[in-house]
Amino acid sequence: MQTATIQIRRNGKSALPDSPVSFGEKLKAHNLDLRSTGVEILQVNVGKLCNQACKHCHVDASPTRTEIMSRQVIEACLDVLRTYKIPTLDITGGAPELIPDFRYFVTEAEKTVGKIIIRHNLTVMFEEGQNDLPEFFREKEVEVVSSLPYFLQQQTDAQRGAGVFDKSVEALKKLNAVGYGTDEKLILNLVYNPVGAFLPPVQESIETDFKRELKMRYDVVFNNLYTITNMPIARYLDWLRSSRNEESYMQKLTNAFNPSTVAGLMCRNTLSVDWLGNLYDCDFNQMLEIKVSDESPQTIFDFTPEKLANRKIKTAPHCFGCTAGAGSSCGGTVAV
Amino acid sequence: MHYYNEEDLARFGEIGKSRPDLFEKFMAWYQACQEDGALSKREKALIGLAVAITVQCPYCIDAFTQSSLENGSNTEQMTEAIHLASAIRGGASLIHGIQSHNAHDKISM
Repeated sequence: MQTATIQIRRNGKSALPDSPVSFGEKLKAHNLDLRSTGVEILQVNVGKLCNQACKHCHVDASPTRTEIMSRQVIEACLDVLRTYKIPTLDITGGAPELIPDFRYFVTEAEKTVGKIIIRHNLTVMFEEGQNDLPEFFREKEVEVVSSLPYFLQQQTDAQRGAGVFDKSVEALKKLNAVGYGTDEKLILNLVYNPVGAFLPPVQESIETDFKRELKMRYDVVFNNLYTITNMPIARYLDWLRSSRNEESYMQKLTNAFNPSTVAGLMCRNTLSVDWLGNLYDCDFNQMLEIKVSDESPQTIFDFTPEKLANRKIKTAPHCFGCTAGAGSSCGGTVAV
Repeated sequence: MHYYNEEDLARFGEIGKSRPDLFEKFMAWYQACQEDGALSKREKALIGLAVAITVQCPYCIDAFTQSSLENGSNTEQMTEAIHLASAIRGGASLIHGIQSHNAHDKISM
């Protein structure tokens, strides 16, 4: 691994959390070397525009952001997907559906990749021109992954904004109505993340609760629940600092370092692309502007898989968020 | 200045600098008690929270509040556990009213 140095600052402070121990030193102490195993997932962050402004958002996404991916960059991503037969495309944002070329991107990608994942925030379905999203998703057979931090309104609205829970449930019902969660080809996964400065529960345990409660209270079904640890960067780091939880949270993450998570970290098989086409080891590094190692291609326009495979992953204190406890990734826990 | 310091919870291990053999035995017992068994970790965390409220240990309250959240409990569930602990504490006082009544009856005509 390479320990990253970053230039960007946040409200006059470092954009990285204070950590009692270096992530690189921690890996070294466990004789671990963090390198890519190849690009199996192209995770494309198409922009920071979102209809929500969640308190924990690591993207700083909101309705006022204007950074969105151009058709030129989308074409470059499609070229890479076609040329190198990358199995999975993972589209995230912001709310990716809000960029003008979203449906074009999905429609073209569907012709070449085996699996398309859309990180869908549910409430965007109620924005102008988006009410047919469930049918569009069904037609393209995309996998939908949606954040729902808890099965109760209080916790969900506390993190994602007033009224989000009710809209989210309504959106889940619309997805269920077209077959998501019941048709084996239409996968609907939910994401739990803690509403505060604590680690997520055991994934299987909280998934059982979500399934029972959402079915009983709202007649909503879904496939899997992913638990994700809140990453101590961006808005969540702001909150940790303003609530005086930064030190104890970082202590918690570092104490909970689990070496068995390292083999399954998403940075090992994922490549992250930003709205301009720059390349990163993960979406979190993207937000910190920590690009892939200097020896690697730096943009999607000069993508070459052999130069990206086995690259050293850039690390910084926030990486403890992915290695704490059972581990954390865009696909939930990772410990083996 | 207050008597309890939040930071001291993280210093708990320092107790083991003296007679580490005893502290190690305590920690092994303490941790084993919280693992999944006939009761789930979540149930045990809620019991821990209720006991912490009862013994009024601020360190235990902090620790088991966090543990309850990290085992998937929500505010309502934790509040119910807190109420039960408090109600038992109240009941424990109230039942002693019988002792008082007994004493009263013994010395009254």
